Amino acid sequence: MPATPKEDFQKTLADSRLQLAIYSSTRRLMDHRAAVVAPEALSDYQELRTRANQIKSHTIDHLDHYLTELESNVTAHGGRVVFCRDSGDVTEFLVGLAKERNARRIVKSKSMVTEEIHFNDALEKNNLEVVETDLGEYIMQLAGERPYHIVAPALHKTRQDVAALFTEKLGVEREEVIEEQTKIARRVLRQKFLSADIGVSGANFLVADSGAVVLVENEGNARLSTSTPKIHVAVAGIEKLIPRAQDLAVFLNLLGRSATGQPLTVYTSFLSGPRREGEIDGPDEFYLVLVDNGRTRLLADPEKRQSLFCIRCGACLNHCPVYRKIGGHNYPWVYSGPIGAIITPQFHGVAQDPWLPFASSLCGACAEVCPVKIEIPKLLLKLRAEVTAAKQSTGQGGLERSGFRAWAWLMSHPKIYLSLASMGSRFRGMIPKIGPLRSWASQREVPKLAPRSFHKLWAERKRATGKTS
Amino acid sequence: MTAREQILSDIRGALGRTETSAAAPLPAPMLRFPNMDIGVAVSLFRQKLEKLNGKTMLVPSRAHVVEFLRPLLEGKRAVAANSPFVAACGITQMPGVQSGITDRDALRDACASADLGITSVDYALAETGSFVMLSSADNARLISLLPPAHIAVFPRSRILANLDELLSMLPRPADQTSSLVLITGPSRTADIEQILVRGVHGPGEVYAVIVEDE
Repeated sequence: MPATPKEDFQKTLADSRLQLAIYSSTRRLMDHRAAVVAPEALSDYQELRTRANQIKSHTIDHLDHYLTELESNVTAHGGRVVFCRDSGDVTEFLVGLAKERNARRIVKSKSMVTEEIHFNDALEKNNLEVVETDLGEYIMQLAGERPYHIVAPALHKTRQDVAALFTEKLGVEREEVIEEQTKIARRVLRQKFLSADIGVSGANFLVADSGAVVLVENEGNARLSTSTPKIHVAVAGIEKLIPRAQDLAVFLNLLGRSATGQPLTVYTSFLSGPRREGEIDGPDEFYLVLVDNGRTRLLADPEKRQSLFCIRCGACLNHCPVYRKIGGHNYPWVYSGPIGAIITPQFHGVAQDPWLPFASSLCGACAEVCPVKIEIPKLLLKLRAEVTAAKQSTGQGGLERSGFRAWAWLMSHPKIYLSLASMGSRFRGMIPKIGPLRSWASQREVPKLAPRSFHKLWAERKRATGKTS
Repeated sequence: MTAREQILSDIRGALGRTETSAAAPLPAPMLRFPNMDIGVAVSLFRQKLEKLNGKTMLVPSRAHVVEFLRPLLEGKRAVAANSPFVAACGITQMPGVQSGITDRDALRDACASADLGITSVDYALAETGSFVMLSSADNARLISLLPPAHIAVFPRSRILANLDELLSMLPRPADQTSSLVLITGPSRTADIEQILVRGVHGPGEVYAVIVEDE
């Protein structure tokens, strides 16, 4: 197995407070989900998953068709679609728009694609103020960290951490009561909402037949970001498409349940274009920024393409024995957990973090809970094969290969094998402390070799009883 | 090549074609909803919303709405939506209630300093305890969002079974409005230590006043 950033992992594993935070948060999310997808709560859950998979598969297979349909419907409702290849395109568009409209302050609701393209940094470098408004994301922004979890960004922070952060960054008196901390954030962010020039949102779904953006949230910050400022810019990956508004019946029934165990989240907004004639409030201008940033590369492989079905519910993280030990920040990119382990190598190339597809026990829990039925373990195996093939083509991995060759030879030469085994039992206890097994053994109970092997005992028994078999 | 052309051509290339072809038809949408008796719908709606810490009350008719609201409005400042039903219930005549605002900035300022926002709803969903609100001249977005409490007053006949039934009635909501929102209970967060706190950005208190005779 390729080298891993072991020291970082070990730091996380040794931090008992952090271990408890990850364990109990993911446990709670698992329990909440289990209660609302149980047959007595949702009898057609499995059928919904199958449907969601079919719809996503169909949409991704016709992505160009649905993107142009989406574009013409957004335009028909008075909005504008802006296609962006990468971070540079997005920054250029937003900085240009802000300049034209003399805008300075941007309020922003949660969006994973903007994390991907380092949106905030890029705009701040251009003298724009960008304020995250989801409470967890706001805490992360103040701390200068990236989200720890797709749906619970500040999962690893305690109330004491937040108290220290608010005192340091907001100049408020130390406050450790969570309700009061929430009030502080409400007060500070309310002023930002009311004075913002542009509201930026993500999109949970893009609806082709309606030219609409669907936003799912619990706090109300996405509604505020898209209703208070005069300009709304939605930034979304091109894969967020679904064909019809009526398909939301399938996806909304799955998303909240899988993410937080809610049949519906508190707010679901279905937004299409700027405010219409007669409507009292809402934005005057609406832009939908569609971001590629590597997604078209993922499309080329008919099997791995399904990685683009993901609706970012985070259920695979909560159920993953690896995520639950190493947490979110040990993954190399903004997407963590099993879904991160399959999409990161596809965005960055398998060579960049070759250990990533191996960071799985292949237990299959992720695939079992995925609401859109992405075959994560299968894709992990495929990526492992790619990592190995890439290493062989560059002449790496020689030790592993000769190791297995030696093993094969040994297994076909029983006499030599037996004599080595009896030697091994004499030096037992020493083996794991040296050599390549050392780190494996440091976290595990090493099986003890018996002082006398089964072969020997059997031979002795035969001699003693005189029986032939 | 523009970004648009490049992205579309990259997609076609990856999918192995040179021209965008029309998508094969999808199976009909999966929409399932029970034919729910209105009495059952009302009690299910109340049960679901109250489980989320919303409060519900049944009033016999429009004429009784004001007397039920009076204690809630005591000493408070409220902004009411311009919807005919809200006016017909006599709410706009109550002391402390501001209504009839049609200017965006004036509405925003009124909502930002109000204690209560009072609206009607276009529909409600029994299985989830949700309000369904379409933005229009009658229904601004911010009245149900900026004040710390939201009161929705509506006839019981607007309660549907669930989201699927709503989508069967409104197959393309964008044809009617720039904003359709489902509101399911008070605003909440669990972002610090997974402890549930209500009223983080939106209203922390939500009331449903259901008029029984229509």
